[in-house]
Amino acid sequence: MISRRLPPWAVNAVVVPLASVLCGFVVAGVVISVTGSDPFQALTALFQGAFTNNAAFAETLVSSIPYIFLGLGLALGFKAGLFNIGAEGQFYIGGLAGVFVAYSIHGLPGLIEIPLAILAGMLGGFVWSGLAGALKARFGAHEVITTIMLNYVAFLLANYLIDGGLMLAKNVSTPRTPEIDANAQLPIIIPGTRLHFGLILAVLAVPAVWFLIERTTIGFQLRSVGFNPTAARANGMSVGRTLVLSMGISGALAGTAGIVQILGLSHHMTDTVAAGYGFDAIAVALLARSNPWGVLPAAFLFGALRNGASFMQLETQVSADLVSIVQAMVIIFVAAPVIVRWLLRLRAQPLQELQLAERDEATVV
Amino acid sequence: MDFLQREDIVGLLAQTLVTATPLTLAALGGILCERSGVVNIALEGIMLTGAFIGFAVALATHNLWLGVLAAIVAGMLIASLHAALSVSLLVDQIVSGMVINILAVGITGVFYRTFIESSTTIGPGTLAHWNIPGLSAIPALGRIFFQNQFVTYAMLLAVVGVYFLIFKTKWGLRTRACGENPAAAETAGINVYFVRYANVIGSGALAGLGGAYFSLQQIGNFLPNMTGGRGFIALAAMIFGKWNPFGAFGASQLFAFSDAVGSRLQIAGVKLPIQFLGMLPYLVTIVVLAGAMGRAVAPAAVGKPYKKS
Repeated sequence: MISRRLPPWAVNAVVVPLASVLCGFVVAGVVISVTGSDPFQALTALFQGAFTNNAAFAETLVSSIPYIFLGLGLALGFKAGLFNIGAEGQFYIGGLAGVFVAYSIHGLPGLIEIPLAILAGMLGGFVWSGLAGALKARFGAHEVITTIMLNYVAFLLANYLIDGGLMLAKNVSTPRTPEIDANAQLPIIIPGTRLHFGLILAVLAVPAVWFLIERTTIGFQLRSVGFNPTAARANGMSVGRTLVLSMGISGALAGTAGIVQILGLSHHMTDTVAAGYGFDAIAVALLARSNPWGVLPAAFLFGALRNGASFMQLETQVSADLVSIVQAMVIIFVAAPVIVRWLLRLRAQPLQELQLAERDEATVV
Repeated sequence: MDFLQREDIVGLLAQTLVTATPLTLAALGGILCERSGVVNIALEGIMLTGAFIGFAVALATHNLWLGVLAAIVAGMLIASLHAALSVSLLVDQIVSGMVINILAVGITGVFYRTFIESSTTIGPGTLAHWNIPGLSAIPALGRIFFQNQFVTYAMLLAVVGVYFLIFKTKWGLRTRACGENPAAAETAGINVYFVRYANVIGSGALAGLGGAYFSLQQIGNFLPNMTGGRGFIALAAMIFGKWNPFGAFGASQLFAFSDAVGSRLQIAGVKLPIQFLGMLPYLVTIVVLAGAMGRAVAPAAVGKPYKKS
């Protein structure tokens, strides 16, 4: 019935994702019932924590900021056929590089300090993920495994630098880096909340990434390699260089997420700063179907989920890990739209291969 | 190197075999799965689920063996979700695997908080050490191979069993045919969907048992995310071992050895930051993966959804 009134693109881009999210909540509700709690009470608390509590809406926007940067990075990787599971580690490395700059320099105007710190963060993320790209391009080592391994190395490196002393602030009770320079802090855009200028940077990054993917030579090569590496190579493109570059840009966006979180929110870095944002962002990018514009609503949803979940855990004792179940279900329903289409009685499209992109046949997991 | 006394070398090797237990089991699961043409990056999530369900059942029934059985069954159940998504619904196998990993964190986290964290029941303990009569008295070898707990013995048997299954039986031939050329296998009368389902679920049983190692053999408790990325290292072991059970066993020993050496050096008070010692297995995985690719040839059809025409 719905399909008769709506054009197919709207069904694919709006109805199926929305229905997927709803189905995800239904499954989560069932799980809550199984644990013996009241699903309506829990999901109401989730909603209150995300939107209606005091300053909840601003906090939801605050949580969306890293999801936007990370989701854009992962979406860009997907377009190149790269499955970057290393965003969490790149977030850390970007944070480390950026915070070092931000607490080392003093007395320069914010207009210089802030871009310097963000550039350092981007560079950190670029190098860290570019390494995984190079390992794939040069040796065919699959990025799924190398990025996960690099995550662990990044956590341990951050732990070493911060807890181990090289970047440790003096006279603090819990290990963290020194405070960044006052001029390097991102300004608050709504007084009385924690909502900072990072939101504007994140929203501006959306058209920038869209432009990069759809309207530039690099973007064209990236999509070509993602679509069919063999054909890209036959047409004279350097597949290896494109892989390193796409992976690097993907990581640079993750690194930006890390440093913006520090410049705008915490003003110092601890070794728990990323707190799962990088892993959640995989679901953000999948829900957005790798479309930069789609990342905005997906990131907003995940920001709301994250905020709502911590309030829900406080109020109803249902674990905030419930959000992982919602995420997993949403990905299932988005990746296998045949289920949602069947539920909605939409005309079924022929069962087709739902790959993110063609993969290079030389690399396997 | 005074921290490596002669006694200690035997201890180090014994520790290596034990540490390699879940890696090998998960890698064997990966081999079954990929030989039939399905990538399985869900091994991590399957192990976590097995570790949790195994512990929960053992805690509830006060019976470790029911716990081990439950870990295996739980692994098979969650693996069948991977099979349904990637074989029947043609979902990208990497996406499907990631879904299982995320789902496993969610399910184990939610139920852990509800039922286990605040539980005051006395823990089920750990599986007993069995000294094999006679063999366990052999110098060095006895200490390494014949004074272990159940999951480690099961792992050793599984290496031989999976090798036999894949290379010496009709089922193994069919499995490999589905992994190399499913269309040709179908033409020869093999039900590709059935073979892939069975192997994916079989890999769930092996990885589920690997999960039981963490909660029922190693510490007798469940901790959130206790598998700590071992499922992914197992995948690298599978590749480095060239999709061969004995190769995967050897590769797992290498990773476990770097792990064991790291913790030994730590205990011995070597002046290296513990974080760098902790990085060892992950760095070894990256280096080995980079070195093994190109020489290791994957099943030709792995990762490609197969659609009957």
